[in-house]
Amino acid sequence: MKPAAFDYYAPSSIEEACRLLSEAGGGATVLAGGQTLMPLLALRMSQPFIVVDITRIAALKTVTRGDGCTRIGPTLRQNELIAHAEIGRALPSLVTAARHVGHHQTRNRGTVGGSIALGEPAAELPATALALGASVELRSLRGTRRVPLQDFYFGPYATALEPDELLVGIEFPDWPAGTSWLFREIAQRPGDFALVGFSGAVTVQDGRISRAGLAWFGMGPTPIRARQAEAALLNQNPEQIDAQAIAQLAIADTAPFDDHHASAEYRRTVGRRLCAKLLSETLPARQAA
Amino acid sequence: MSSHSIQIRINGRVHQATVESRLLLSDFLRDEAGYTGVHVGCEHGVCGACTVIVDGQAVRSCLMLAVQADGCSITTVEGLAAADGTLHPVQQALRDTHGLQCGFCTPGIVMTLAALREAQAAPSEERMLAALSGHLCRCTGYQGIRRAVRQLAGTPAESAHE
Ligand code: FES
Ligand code: FES
Repeated sequence: MKPAAFDYYAPSSIEEACRLLSEAGGGATVLAGGQTLMPLLALRMSQPFIVVDITRIAALKTVTRGDGCTRIGPTLRQNELIAHAEIGRALPSLVTAARHVGHHQTRNRGTVGGSIALGEPAAELPATALALGASVELRSLRGTRRVPLQDFYFGPYATALEPDELLVGIEFPDWPAGTSWLFREIAQRPGDFALVGFSGAVTVQDGRISRAGLAWFGMGPTPIRARQAEAALLNQNPEQIDAQAIAQLAIADTAPFDDHHASAEYRRTVGRRLCAKLLSETLPARQAA
Repeated sequence: MSSHSIQIRINGRVHQATVESRLLLSDFLRDEAGYTGVHVGCEHGVCGACTVIVDGQAVRSCLMLAVQADGCSITTVEGLAAADGTLHPVQQALRDTHGLQCGFCTPGIVMTLAALREAQAAPSEERMLAALSGHLCRCTGYQGIRRAVRQLAGTPAESAHE
């Protein structure tokens, strides 16, 4: 298994990378950590004319905090995210999610942006970023645009990213004190994609739920926000929540499929229980009760 | 197709070469640099046999292009034992505990455990076992490998069947 021939570039600036992508007119592929792209190249499922390696662009690796958000550079490695103390404090569920991505060896290379930009529907990071209200900054020679993740994913591996665009940053809004973090997945083995996964954050202020972000992975063609469940949680007293009913609403937004790993019915059943369990275990007032 | 001149330090020795852009690091290490201790099983990132240490990190060398390793420092299994043949503690542990049979998966496992010990003097048993989820072994049933991990962690061996 050897990749088909291509030209390789490792630009040192974002501008140069954008120029390469623009000139290639759709014939180029961006290489970050390579933990998905390299197998696709080896199997010749992907045969780009040009590979643009963005890991030598220092500006794409930085993490900054401020202005009410955490901004993560796309080529931050997944294991660097896990080890990053500031991200751990600001976005604990993102770190938990990253621990479930692939294996130790692939997390040493695999990047945060690579996973977000790929749009694998059963992946941990896209759904977690979606639940946390993240948006992506996309750059091309034509300009810069910001796309909330809820408008970014169209289908399996189908995203709003145009062929000449480069993901240059992922922005996560700050979540206030009083936020509980939810994350759990069911997979056949460690490192496998989830059969069912749920990720989210719920903020309780003055005894009421003031903010909720919830999303599924492995439950449809894209990561899916559980909007009805989010809406039902808002302004509720967390002690009086009917976790079963919320989980039912959360499942109503999914579109799981049958495959050789699990049936859609299995995914719905397990998802409903997992969601109810997470909600009742995680919301602080309920723990105290 | 582009070709590139690269310089890589492998097991302490600097190698210079001109490589085609599509050449995998695993193939470069085996076929051009001669380090055939780098085993290639699946060649698409599933089995872990090709794991080497790149700048201190255990990575799958079949998931890197040789050109991406330009300027990097790499250790393969050939670079672990001392000059007088004394085995690296990870190698010794696998040997002591019957942690290998055919040995195909072994260099990758050795490199993952060696990298953990490089990063942290005494990685815990849990940490080592978690990192080994990235390796497939078709012979041992993993129990010998687990015993090696226990030996490395200094935890007492469990029952004889284990
Ligand atoms: S040969 Fe590289 S992971 Fe299998
Ligand atoms: S010892 Fe044969 S594959 Fe592991």
